[in-house]
Amino acid sequence: MLVVASRRRFIAATLATAVTAVLAPFGAGLVPARAASAPPADFDGALKSILGAAQPVDGLVTLELPEIADNGNTVPFSVTVESAMTETDYIKAIHLLSTGNPQAVVATFYLSPASGVGKVAGRMRLAKTQDVVAVAELSDGRFAVGRRNVKVTIGGCGG
Amino acid sequence: MTKPRIKLIPETPKAGDIIEVKTLITHVMETGNRKDADGNTVPRNIVKLFFATFGGREVFRAEMQPGIAANPYIAFHFKVPGPGELELTWVEDGGTKTIEKVAITVS
Repeated sequence: MLVVASRRRFIAATLATAVTAVLAPFGAGLVPARAASAPPADFDGALKSILGAAQPVDGLVTLELPEIADNGNTVPFSVTVESAMTETDYIKAIHLLSTGNPQAVVATFYLSPASGVGKVAGRMRLAKTQDVVAVAELSDGRFAVGRRNVKVTIGGCGG
Repeated sequence: MTKPRIKLIPETPKAGDIIEVKTLITHVMETGNRKDADGNTVPRNIVKLFFATFGGREVFRAEMQPGIAANPYIAFHFKVPGPGELELTWVEDGGTKTIEKVAITVS
């Protein structure tokens, strides 16, 4: 069994290296890298797939959500990230995640210096009371995270 | 998908102004998690992608998952360099596209 287990680890490691090698060229371009497949469904996995080894900074992200959402099927949100939004200092992307939905990633918004401000708004589903997390990807490679708890009276997401 | 609703704030910006673009499209955004009365899973059917170009250059892109509410409302900002055409595209699962063009004039 030990042989089998180590072979599995070897295959997994080889695959991971191959995927990284294939994806790496896209990260170098001006166009933000896009996930080829669906992101991990669980929150921790999804967050890790965005952050990698980076340590996010606090304070730049303002997440506006109702404290109590009567209807989890449609919950308004807005994310504002402090940034000069110049050619050299801007927000590349805002990832919107949920800690308690069946699928952690709700949406990814790609911005550019042409955006003028680092702000997006929309409406999301919340299956139950949980935290909503916004991860901003800065042009210098840093990440900033904002988090808000929303109490949900009637859950969304069907079921 | 029916005809989307689009609102520019302000409607007639000055060159260099940052405007807000509010968009709304009618769509069920079926999550793929729901079951019908017979217990069969209702297949996923969402608007998975929305993007905006101005003068052929992409100014905004949203990749959506089932966690986005039905009838997706998206508001974004962009700096208007001058007069031109804003093109908005919604892409459904299966690849069906809805494209709307908005002429932007500057005062």
